Amino acid sequence: MKPTSHAFSDNARRALNDATLQQALAKAGVGFVDKRRAALSELPEFDALREAGRAIKDHTLANLDHYLLRFEQQLVTSGGQLHWADTPDEACAAVLDICRKAGARMVAKGKSMVGEEIAVNDALEAAGLEVVETDLGEYIIQVAHEPPSHIIAPAVHKTRAQIARLFEDLHHQPGLTRPLETVPQIVDEARQVLREKFLAADVGITGANFLIAETGSTVIVTNEGNGDLSATLPRVHIVLASIEKVVPNLEDASVLLRLLARSATGQEITSYTTFFTGPRRRADADGPEQFHVVLVDNGRSRMLGGAFHEMLRCIRCGACLNHCPVYSAVGGHAYGWVYPGPMGAVLTPLMVGLDEGRPLPNASTLCGRCEEVCPMSIPLPKLLRELRRQEFARGLHPPRSRWALAAWAFFARRPQLYRWATRLGTRLLNRLSGGRGRFRSLPFAQAWTTARDLPAPQGDTFMAQWQRRKQP
Amino acid sequence: MSDSRAAILGRILQALGHAARADAPDVLQRVNGHARGPQPQWAEADRERFLAKLAKAAGTHATIASHAGIVHAVTDYLAAQYLPQRVCVAPHPLLADIVWPEGWQVESRRARGDDRIGFAVAFCGIAETGSLMLLSGPESPTSLNFLPDDFLCLLPEDRIVPRMEDAWALLRAERGSLPRATNIITGPSRTADVEQTIQLGAHGPRRLHVLLMESAAQA
Repeated sequence: MKPTSHAFSDNARRALNDATLQQALAKAGVGFVDKRRAALSELPEFDALREAGRAIKDHTLANLDHYLLRFEQQLVTSGGQLHWADTPDEACAAVLDICRKAGARMVAKGKSMVGEEIAVNDALEAAGLEVVETDLGEYIIQVAHEPPSHIIAPAVHKTRAQIARLFEDLHHQPGLTRPLETVPQIVDEARQVLREKFLAADVGITGANFLIAETGSTVIVTNEGNGDLSATLPRVHIVLASIEKVVPNLEDASVLLRLLARSATGQEITSYTTFFTGPRRRADADGPEQFHVVLVDNGRSRMLGGAFHEMLRCIRCGACLNHCPVYSAVGGHAYGWVYPGPMGAVLTPLMVGLDEGRPLPNASTLCGRCEEVCPMSIPLPKLLRELRRQEFARGLHPPRSRWALAAWAFFARRPQLYRWATRLGTRLLNRLSGGRGRFRSLPFAQAWTTARDLPAPQGDTFMAQWQRRKQP
Repeated sequence: MSDSRAAILGRILQALGHAARADAPDVLQRVNGHARGPQPQWAEADRERFLAKLAKAAGTHATIASHAGIVHAVTDYLAAQYLPQRVCVAPHPLLADIVWPEGWQVESRRARGDDRIGFAVAFCGIAETGSLMLLSGPESPTSLNFLPDDFLCLLPEDRIVPRMEDAWALLRAERGSLPRATNIITGPSRTADVEQTIQLGAHGPRRLHVLLMESAAQA
């Protein structure tokens, strides 16, 4: 998808004024936070697991080439095929090539954030294939022609009434309507429609939460079972994965799985955790004849060993989104690309460019809640600050904020002048407020004062008070 | 694509500063060492833990004394759920010699889209999370675990292991390598994609029912 991250301010304003969206966001945020907290309180070992999980990722990243080659070797031994893809275009070309060779017409797709990243649906549809998203949330946004607004709950911005209307328009022939109001009715409707797609699809595409170097396996976690149906029924199974997903062995995956589900949905484990190893075996009763893994880089190897190395530990649980005051206020679409929230504010500029993603690292209060809840202890505020530093170094700030900063720097480097100016400003503002202690409106500060009052300075400057109190 | 492989590995090499080999001794040692991370602890017996966690994940169970109790338990389940006596059964040795009641339609094969009830055998159970582990193969078609509305699963009690890591150890000891699909299943299919409301039976089974068999001895 074409990113609109540069327009974050406009996107956010629109989101804040969208009453339906605000209603959906209010409902979602608290749920995720409470469920995670409850799950953690039942597992005294969580902090120890978090330490261990981080160590596993650090070790694997420090030896990433070794583990990728081991994964490749084991995948090929079990009869699978690996396709290395440096860019989104290469990844889509690899997927398309597999589909063409298989003579495929319909693709059933499980949820994959790498798939969103490389926009594989657009590529397949442009080539004339029918692509059906099978995760309920992904299906809802696919038929609504929208991108996901959350990395694990893609349709979290939609209300039940909106979904019902969407299905009503799409599935129902005139005069042939089933009742479609309650959650069970909506879920049942999707189950019936999508069941036929699973059975008719030629190719199934899923993502991967982990890759196991020991066995050459790919791992997916789902609750609906759609990923497993996509991987079991079609003739060909394609896994979209990125290079940082590899871990050494099954024991390492077990540690990370304990962290992932709790951080994401507050579950101890998802309904389905599946390890795929190669295609159908000779005597098997079912399963795909071909098993392909498309291994996507898309800028990740450039993050390795650099300022954003730690971002590669991310296991895509979404906890940082759920706990972010900015995400909770504006939702995922405002971020303008595939990955929203704090992790998206780091990844988007790195993947689509700092020019496009510039506003995202600035759309943060750096409150630190994201780092606090991250199961991989990724220092997200530090990474956001680094992006701001790079933005400034490259001169990407808008002129107004550059001038303002230059003006401030002029004074800040001259302490006497700075003190004199702040003293003057304090007194002036105090007088202007007419003793009310606040401003209802102020020239040049409407952005602040349209929504709330600006407090006026009371009494003296900090430095003046400090000088006074130092006297005995 | 081989160009991409070289480009990606080249950049990784440059960032990390070492030459990559799939069989470097320390990589093999780490991969094959199977060192475990922190292990969650609990006070109750593994059987009780398994059943409590299964129930928490909305799974149900019936206890049977031995293999001879299977037909009775399945009959009870079908009657309680008002289900037709038409069952798709995994071609598993433990389910092969069962004499099903007269008039039942029982077929031993992979599942189809219209199968209402599936019946398979778990490789093992995991007490920590109340999960079942099923291994794809001639005896256990994966489609059976996901297509039918009701999924019945036989689990001999002595096949309950404490944690996922114990399941991996058992799998390595008994099978040597992983099958095409290793399914760790915890309760029925669910979704929370509509307004965060949990709804069972999204795409996979609406219900999961475990037959916990106390004695593995076959009649």
